Amino acid sequence: MNVPTPLLLDAVTVGDRLPELSVEVTPTTVVLGALASRDWRPMHHDYKFATERNGVADIFLNTPNQAAWFERYLTDWTGPLGRVGRMKFRMKDSIFPGDTMVFSGEVTEVTTDDAGCGWVGVEVTLTVGERTCSSCSVRVAVPSSADDNPWARRGDRWVP
Amino acid sequence: MSDESTELPEDLAALIGVSQYPVTATFPVERGYTYNTLAATQNGNPLYWDDAVAEQVTGGMTALPTTLSLWMRPHYWEPGAEGEQVALQVHFDLKARFDLPEAVMTDNTLIFGDPVRPGDVISHAQVLRSVSGPKTTKLGSGRFWVIDIEYKNQDGDLVGVESYTGFGYRRAAAEGGAA
Repeated sequence: MNVPTPLLLDAVTVGDRLPELSVEVTPTTVVLGALASRDWRPMHHDYKFATERNGVADIFLNTPNQAAWFERYLTDWTGPLGRVGRMKFRMKDSIFPGDTMVFSGEVTEVTTDDAGCGWVGVEVTLTVGERTCSSCSVRVAVPSSADDNPWARRGDRWVP
Repeated sequence: MSDESTELPEDLAALIGVSQYPVTATFPVERGYTYNTLAATQNGNPLYWDDAVAEQVTGGMTALPTTLSLWMRPHYWEPGAEGEQVALQVHFDLKARFDLPEAVMTDNTLIFGDPVRPGDVISHAQVLRSVSGPKTTKLGSGRFWVIDIEYKNQDGDLVGVESYTGFGYRRAAAEGGAA
């Protein structure tokens, strides 16, 4: 069993920047993400519907799949002990096949709550070229010490 | 964005804050969708790939937190069902109520509670929180609305709360195409 070395709270400082993640988006990226999230709406797999009905440039990444990409981006950084508690994102522009989406993030808050849970606030930006497509505020719990595990928290000890 | 604020119709105002469409998923949480989501996002988190890591960290395999909304989505087709089966029925009710053919989601908030595990059966209900007055954006003219969804497992434990902001709209006549 190999749990990778976790990111600990005391190793995080406001202003820290997360490594960028760059992904080439294909039609498969969009369709696979939509079907994985059981989102059967045609604008996520039907080019003619997306362009002629919705009036957008192509099929586009669906909402739950964007959430899953944000989660992946965060846990790439924290490791498996990182536990996302809260996520809020605004989609300002769509992500289309042919786009290169780039995730970047900056730590905006490092706190410990009354239950002793260590929290990191991260502002994630999803851009395509000069376009800022989505902005996401995430609150992710990370271990406060080597023997702490945010996933063990329940009830009053988990306040996301 | 322009704002031509008007009051909300009484029938809709009466639905604000009311829990609607309580549904229990027709099949239990299973790992297949976790793998699909991991593949769709090229996510190598060992928490979902390695049973031993999952056992040590969370006491057993869990579903990716952000797959929460997956469990409110109906099968596209099933015996006896008529027409397209859609998730988030309140959203489609509002589109029909205001005769707005198109819609997009603009904001999504997720709050994660107890982990969801394979075998769990998830129930949810939808609550309309607000509906805006008429608005015009680059997509067209319509209204914004906010719908919350509360998710519980078979034991009644809260596993998450989700909030969607949708924009239902009619494309400008000059752009054509909307039906």
